[in-house]
Formats: sequence, structure tokens, C-alpha cells
Amino acid sequence: MQGFPAKAIPPSDDRRWKIVDGTMRRHGHEPYALIEVLHTVQETFGFLTDEALQYVAVSLRVPYSKVYGVATFYHFFSMKPPGKHTCVVCTGTACYIKGAGSLLKAVEETVGIQPGETTPDKQVSLVTARCLGACGLAPAVVFDGEVAGKVTAAKMKERVAGFAVPEVEPAGVGA
Amino acid sequence: MNHDDLNNIALKEQQANMKYEHTINVCVAASCLSSHADQVKTALEQEVKARGKEECCRVKGVGCMGLCAAGPLVSADKSHKMFQSVTASDAGPIVDNVLAERPVQSAIVLDPKLPFFTGQKKIVLENCGEIDPERIEDYIAAGGYDPLFQALTTMSPIQVIEQISKSGLRGRGGAGFPTGLKWSTVAKAKAQKLKYVICNADEGDPGAFMDRSVLESNPHRVLEGMAIAAYAVGASKGYIYCRAEYPLAVKRLKLAIRQAENAGVLGNEIGDTRFSFRIEVRLGAGAFVCGEETALISSIEGNRGTPRSRPPFPAQRGLWGEPTLINNVETFANISPIIRNGGQWFASIGTEKSKGTKVFALAGRVSNTGLIEVPMGLSLREIVFKLGGGIPDGKRFKAVQTGGPSGGCVPEQYLDMAVDYESLASVGSIMGSGGMIVMDDTSCMVDVAKYFMDFCMSESCGKCVPCRVGTVHMLDVLKKITDGTANSEDLALLERIAEVTKFTSLCGLGQTASNPVFSTLRYFRDEYLHHIENHDCKPGVCELAKKTVEVGA
Repeated sequence: MQGFPAKAIPPSDDRRWKIVDGTMRRHGHEPYALIEVLHTVQETFGFLTDEALQYVAVSLRVPYSKVYGVATFYHFFSMKPPGKHTCVVCTGTACYIKGAGSLLKAVEETVGIQPGETTPDKQVSLVTARCLGACGLAPAVVFDGEVAGKVTAAKMKERVAGFAVPEVEPAGVGA
Repeated sequence: MNHDDLNNIALKEQQANMKYEHTINVCVAASCLSSHADQVKTALEQEVKARGKEECCRVKGVGCMGLCAAGPLVSADKSHKMFQSVTASDAGPIVDNVLAERPVQSAIVLDPKLPFFTGQKKIVLENCGEIDPERIEDYIAAGGYDPLFQALTTMSPIQVIEQISKSGLRGRGGAGFPTGLKWSTVAKAKAQKLKYVICNADEGDPGAFMDRSVLESNPHRVLEGMAIAAYAVGASKGYIYCRAEYPLAVKRLKLAIRQAENAGVLGNEIGDTRFSFRIEVRLGAGAFVCGEETALISSIEGNRGTPRSRPPFPAQRGLWGEPTLINNVETFANISPIIRNGGQWFASIGTEKSKGTKVFALAGRVSNTGLIEVPMGLSLREIVFKLGGGIPDGKRFKAVQTGGPSGGCVPEQYLDMAVDYESLASVGSIMGSGGMIVMDDTSCMVDVAKYFMDFCMSESCGKCVPCRVGTVHMLDVLKKITDGTANSEDLALLERIAEVTKFTSLCGLGQTASNPVFSTLRYFRDEYLHHIENHDCKPGVCELAKKTVEVGA
């Protein structure tokens, strides 16, 4: 089974598809490589688009329903485009004990978004992580890929307000 | 590569090490790195260079030294000095201190004789904080891969399994199944094509970071343990299923595998024997249930990570229907010392039924947050108050949560209990993978139960009804209690749903999801009642509606 019938065509001539193709080739286009390939798509594009899922489905000869099922099953995969800046608030037990909840509230008070949401102007996304494993730094937040430890609500507000610069949402205090 | 080649590498590396009079170790595990340990390392290197001492002093990136709360940590090999919360500007004084005994400001000096360090017994973590995780030579110089070659050349697979059985090692992932028994089951099973060894590195328990630290600090130890296991059970292919949330661990694992293959300690015909073994890394994608072995297998096969009923156990029918051995990271990390020193040696450590040591991630309201390895059977009091340094800010100890969302809370009256599999189970908690979260009187136990139920509810895979529906309803009741709308009947309802979920769920997640509820009800029932009757939360965590007329907060 070395042949690969009906070669799937990438959705666009975006060069990033070559990276996705590379991962699929490395796994011999085997259906079991689905999760690895989705990781590559998310890494290169930032999130999983519908057309990406369809392309992967055809390329790996996996039903689209299954690709969609896998993509939505795992929390790590996101099907929404992230904002310009992301805050990942760790909600592991150590961070929870040390006040991760107040950090989430601080974000809501500053830009009015809840975990999993992005501000309407696409500036800031708020995500929660189950545990970053940085419990020594609890409560921990990842601001744009950089881990910050022992974050206070005040510091959180300051960082988020800085992220939201162009159009600051009216601080809608959650009722 | 044969055994002699390995010894030569070790000898060469040891000689190279002897050249240096001083070695300054900088922790480059994730926790210290996020407090800029990389900048500290660069600064130290520059300072050494500026003093023209590159010939006699070197700066080395090493794995986790344990005391993560005080990071970045720096230690000096020969003088046994340690430094904490180091910044790049401290580099100069530290180099002077190490080379010329000049004093440094006392704030960054860390006493290596603290009970946090002296109270530990390191087997799994013995090389962590000493060797460079990104160089295989350093691991080999510390005696690494020698046990593998010893097993391959002087022991039969059955003899290896005998030693593991004799050691009394039990699975460190949480359930505590005897490792030797698991290995011999896989060894006896007949494969259609080949057998597999899987390392479960999907450390999902929030508040647990033992596996991450081992993978980041000493990845070769895990690879070696897997290779010995593969030899013992007759497997030829291995997978490490690692969380995608641990990018540094994944990077170091992949590097370690490449180095091991190049050096010939993994791959075809290892050590000029007929034994061949290859390892691949598979990334998890953030599903807690994938820590369950059948769900993990399903995920490696590229499917949704849902568990299936057992039997057949993976030992008989696992990955792609073949006999599969699944052990946790820490279990594999225990293997090579057992082969090196013999099962008897390992069995002499610990308690009657729980042998060896256990790595715990100590976190929460405790002074010394970090990673510790202690012999089984040490008391909780010693762990929390001696090694952990007690509760900060003069607060009062309330409970220790062990075992993550599947575990329970151990209250004050059991502080002197010995920590092992059986005694933790007897008080309604579990050993789990080793997360230990200390709580003081600022924590509300109902809210803690709600926190874990919220976790289990969102992590329930949805395959079986009791877990999918039961966790939602339990969370509902807990929400009602914490917002002040519950009545006394709700508590009975909560207990009933918890029972049903426990006894009827398909996999470990659902069967243990009720544990936090059971254990908080068992020891802190008065807090539940206080919420329901007085609409008040003593620590002030919950915001209760003042619905009833007469009682106010």
C-alpha cells in the first residue's frame, strides 16, 4: 500500500500547507497520524479551520466526521482564531488555591471576556489551562507564550489593559 | 556499541569532568526557566569568561533541584553551595563566591542542609539537578545505560522480571498495581506481530508535576527503563504519550531519543545482542481521560480518547490489538536503579506493602513549594511541616489534598499517618500520581469539592451515562450549596448521585469522580451544613445569597 490515490490538493497556495504535508508524509499518510497532523495544523495556523479539517480528512482517508470528532474532543485544539494577545490562566489545584479565580475575574472586569472568549476587536483572548505544571509559581499566567508567576489581580489587570490598547472595552463589571 | 564502548564513553566523560575544579549548576527545568534561569546561565558564563577561568570552572544547565518556589536555583558542585532567586546581576558575586570564597548577599544564599533537602531520599531523582538533561554522555558518566547492558548481556528476561517482582515496585501512576506482575502478564501474552511498551506521560492531575520534572531533568532514565521493560516482556516498539502542554519535556525527550539512537543504546541490535527497540513520542491533546490506559491507547491510534471496558486488559489486547505494557514515567524511572542494585535493595526501603520512594509535588499553602522524593511511610506531618516548612503567613493547616480529582482530602487528625498506598486509601484518599496540595483555613472545602467536580464534569469523555450525567448533577448540587440556594435534602441527593456514579461508571475517571465529595463530606460535613443552614462560608470563598430573612453573613 505505498501508492496514494486521488491526491488531495491543499485548500490554498499558502506555503504553510507544505509543513502539514511534511507531517503527513512522515507518518506515511496513515490514519492513526490524525492527532499528530492536527497538532501541526494548529502549530502552523494558530487554530483549526474547517477547510484544514477537510483537507486532512481527504489526505489521511479518514471520514470528515471522525476528524471533526477528534478535533472537538481534545481541549488543546481550538477551532476559533485566537486574538492578537492571549492570556492563559492556569486553573490547576495549586493555582486555584492561590487565587486563579480572582485573576479570571480581573480579566472580566477589565475587558469583559470569560474563559474561551476573545474581545470583539480581536485584541485579547482568555484561555484557561488545566495545569501548567508550574505550581511553584502559583498562580501562574502565560502572557503571549511567556510564563509569569505569582500573579496578582492588580498585575493581571495591568497586563490585560496593556494588551487591549486600541479600543478598550467599557469595563462591564459582571452582574 | 557494546558494553565496553559504553564504559569508554563514561570514562572519557568522567575524565573531562575532572578537568574542572568547579562546576556551577543552573536549573533549566520549566519552572526555573520561566523565572529566567536561561539569562542567569548566560550571565554566569560571561562572568566566568571575564575572569579568565573557563579552564577550571564551567557552567552547566541541569535538571530540577526541587525547591521550585525559590527559583531560579544555582548550585556549586564541590563546595555544596546553593543559591536561590538568582537574577542575572547576581552572577558576578556568585562566581566570586565559588572561586574565591568572597561573600554574597545573604538573601540569595540557600542552605543545602535545610530539612527540605536532607529529609529526602533520592532514587528516581538521583541525577536530577546534577546532570545535563540534553547530553547523553553526562547520563552515561553517571552510570546510565549500564543497567540496560547488564540486563541484556547477563540476565534473561525472566530474571529481569524476577528482580522487579522481588523489588515490590508498584505502579506509580496511582493505582499501585504490582509492576512485576504486570510485566510477567505481558511477557506471557502471545503477540500476532509485535508487543508494545507505552510510557504514560499524560500527567493530567492538576497540581502534579513530578513526571514533567523527571522528563525535563533526566529523560534518558525513562528511555532506559522502557528499554529494560521491552527486553523483559519481549516488545520491540515503544511510545511515550506526553502532554502537549509540556513543550520542554517533549523537546528534551525527542532530543534524548535521537541521541540514544545515535549512540546505539536504542535501535537495532542494542549492545550487539538480538534485542531491538525503538521509541516514538506521541502528543496528547489535553484530555484528562487519556491518562486511563485504554483511552490512552485509543488516542495513540488517532481516535477520540474514550476508554473501553476491561477485560481484555492492555496486557493481552492493547495497542492495535497487541499485548501492551503501560507504565507511568516514575515507574520506568525506578527500573534502572533496581537492576543496578537488585530487587532486594529496593525492597528494603519503604513500608511492608509499599516499597521504595515516592516523588511528591508539594504545592498550595506551604512554604517550600517544590518536588520532593521521600521513602514510603514518612508521615504527612514530616512532609508538610519539616520538608515543606509549614504553612506561611501564620495560617492554620486544614487539609492535604492527594491524588488530584480522583483523590481526597486528608484532615488534621491524620497528620501522623504514614504515607503509603494502603493508609491513604483507608482514610478515603488515594496515592495518585503524587500531587500534594496543602490547604489552610482560607480554603472552603465545599468550594474545593466543587472545583474538582467542575474539573471531572468537563473532562468526562461522555461515553458512559453515569459519569456524563452524574458529574453534571453533582456539580449542580454543589453550586446550589455554594450560592446559598440548597436545602437539607440536597445533601442526601448529592450523596446518592455520588454513590451511583462511583459504582456504575465505566472507567476510573467516573468511578473516582465522587471521591472529593465523599472525603470532604466525611471530614468537613459541618462546613456543608453551615453553608446550607446559615448561608455563610466561613473562609469567605463562596458568595452566598442572603435569601433567608433572619441570618446574614
